[in-house]
Amino acid sequence: MYRIVIFSLLFGIWVVFSGLIDIFHLTLGFIACLFITLISSDFYFTNRSKGLGNRLTEIAKIPGYLLWLLWEIILSNIHILKLALTPGDIKGLDPSLIRVKTDLKTDYGKYILANSITLTPGTITIDIDGDELLIHSISRHTKMGVEEEIMEQKVSNVFEIEDS
Amino acid sequence: MIINTICIFLVSCGLIFFIGGAVGIIRFPDFYTRMHAAGKGDTCSMILILTGLSLYILHEPTTANFLVVGKILFIALFIMSTSPTSTHALIKAGFEEGIKMWKREDEKEGQE
Repeated sequence: MYRIVIFSLLFGIWVVFSGLIDIFHLTLGFIACLFITLISSDFYFTNRSKGLGNRLTEIAKIPGYLLWLLWEIILSNIHILKLALTPGDIKGLDPSLIRVKTDLKTDYGKYILANSITLTPGTITIDIDGDELLIHSISRHTKMGVEEEIMEQKVSNVFEIEDS
Repeated sequence: MIINTICIFLVSCGLIFFIGGAVGIIRFPDFYTRMHAAGKGDTCSMILILTGLSLYILHEPTTANFLVVGKILFIALFIMSTSPTSTHALIKAGFEEGIKMWKREDEKEGQE
């Protein structure tokens, strides 16, 4: 059942984006979508208990989150650019490993958090172990940012809405 | 005319960030710090360049061009999701292999 939903979603996107409705292109899209649905069926989320209302709120909140993330990515790149173009000895560099506890419950929330941390200034997630994130940080300044946990609140605000 | 200026600005910003990433890969001292330069530079610059291109296409606002803009934005979204994942995979492989971390020298002296 769930596979049919995924397949129709993919095929709908194909038809809209290809914009060509003739037999050749439709067949091509059909084969591609079928193939993707078959090989990805092992990777679906096992926990799909989220209600429809929650999903809609999530979708409404995602663009705001993405814009905020984009701004953070630009800040992060300016940071890297500054470090890379420092002449002589790079004084800003001070790598360290940090462990941070997270309160996020779902795997998807953790995935989003880990990816967002990797994208933001000077930090890369190395490993997730239960509810502990192992993070590599490039300088002292960026270490503070992770420990303040602003990002975690944002992620849980968008992707883990409590049933009320 | 104004749109053209914005396009040029966005694409050149993207190129500058690409240069920053490339210089970072060469100059940073160890594997982990190099991954910082490699993993982030391309995400941001790709997004900037793609946004610039999609604005450029909107010179002639027809339906087909809007579709192209949609496709370009989808590419940007996919890059935003896959690039950190691959960075994470590489750095985790390096971490489990036990590659040594570079530390500031004055700190080393303090520990010994």
